Amino acid sequence: MNLPRYRRLQPAFYRLQAARCTACRQVHFPSRTRCLGCGSASMEPVRLSGQGRVLSFARMLHAARGFQDSVGSLTALIELREGVRLVAQLTDVEPDGIGIGQEVEMVLRRLRSDAEQGLIVYGYKFRPVLKRQAGAQAQS
Amino acid sequence: MPAQGTLMRTQHAVGITSYGAYVPRWRVRTEAIAACWGRETSRVPIRAKSVPGPDEDTATMSIEAAQNALRRVDIPPGQIRAVWVGSESKPYAVKPTSTIVAEVLGLTPFVSAADMEFACKAGSEAMQTAIAYVGSGMAPYALAIGMDTAQSQPGDSLEYTAAAGGAAFLFGRAEQAAAEIEGSLSYVTDTPDFFRHAHQHYPQHGQRFTGDMAYFHHSLHATRALLDELGRTPKDYRWAVFHQPNPKFVRRLAKELGFGKEQIEPGFLVPLIGNTYAGSSLLGLAAVLDIAEPGDRILFTSYGSGAGSDSMSIVVTPRLRALRNGVPSVRDYIARRREIGDYGLYLRLMKKIHRE
Repeated sequence: MNLPRYRRLQPAFYRLQAARCTACRQVHFPSRTRCLGCGSASMEPVRLSGQGRVLSFARMLHAARGFQDSVGSLTALIELREGVRLVAQLTDVEPDGIGIGQEVEMVLRRLRSDAEQGLIVYGYKFRPVLKRQAGAQAQS
Repeated sequence: MPAQGTLMRTQHAVGITSYGAYVPRWRVRTEAIAACWGRETSRVPIRAKSVPGPDEDTATMSIEAAQNALRRVDIPPGQIRAVWVGSESKPYAVKPTSTIVAEVLGLTPFVSAADMEFACKAGSEAMQTAIAYVGSGMAPYALAIGMDTAQSQPGDSLEYTAAAGGAAFLFGRAEQAAAEIEGSLSYVTDTPDFFRHAHQHYPQHGQRFTGDMAYFHHSLHATRALLDELGRTPKDYRWAVFHQPNPKFVRRLAKELGFGKEQIEPGFLVPLIGNTYAGSSLLGLAAVLDIAEPGDRILFTSYGSGAGSDSMSIVVTPRLRALRNGVPSVRDYIARRREIGDYGLYLRLMKKIHRE
């Protein structure tokens, strides 16, 4: 990934920063400069919760260049609490440990495996919600 | 050795406002390592150690520990004016890990950031610096992290214990803190017990020299000097945490200082996950804070090769209970585990297999 593109994508990659329309409140991820719902150009940055559920998933058996270490991993269509849908890699889970509807949470991980000479690309992945102390609830 | 005047105290009282931990889920059984190198499994110091996942490194692990620390409290990002990451396994040789952490946490741009370097003492050095920043009034809050994905030469004795994990501590004024720093000191000498040159992949260690002359000498002197300065004895402390290279060293150090098994037990993690280097003593302290009660006094002493120890006296306040709000504890992370008994997969996870 080239450096200017990575720098531009950092808010989304690092913090799931989206754009919310100040007129109709629709949230867009990736960010947009104009609302797809009402056409307004008045958008504000908003950080998504990173909490969601799996709508569908697939196992990666052939990897593109730079993703060789991801062979065998899972990629999922995820619906976040805010209603935003996105596609992301799953991590910290085996293929038999995931199901439709499973609650997942965002974590920040290395995205590519070709970083020995170049830039290390960090970005969002999702994992099954970590088991917390008994009786306690996870915060967003 | 006289210890008068060695204690370091800040202008304003400082404490731990919050903390967070991280341990990866992968564990390699050390019998798999022993089997590969023809070593007797009965001589292996621990049963399993933590290993980073294929997409994890010191930056990603530091981020999760720091996020856990920030989730426990409600502090505006602009109030956190420093981020320091202590590690000897930086993702880049030249480029700070701390700026990646600060950017992900949303603390940039008006924040001081740097990586600390002092073998396994790098994390507690970051803590000392954060205490000084807050104690001098330069910052309302400062974040110190100790984290490592410890490297070891295949076949070396360190391969059985070099592990991954660490913790983050947010320091602020003592009035709002979950635990107050009563005083600290550092004890440092030029001791050649462990080192790595710029283009070497793995550090070399001084075999038996790493024991008495290094780990024990510095840990004992730092801890005894702190106790002397404060006029305390081990009986004044409910808990004690030390750097944990292997179980035997920690047990012997505690015994020589006069601390009992029950005092070190909650923070004694090396038998469970191995030696997390710059994260080791910090992770132990986090585990103690997970169970400590108001009024408990904690003795904390780190050790880093090269060599030196930071020793701190910490007393828990009633605010600690408010931090138990659903953020994963150290034991939550330790309980989350996927064990592997395959040395080849271990080498892959440790990024020791290089392809053209």
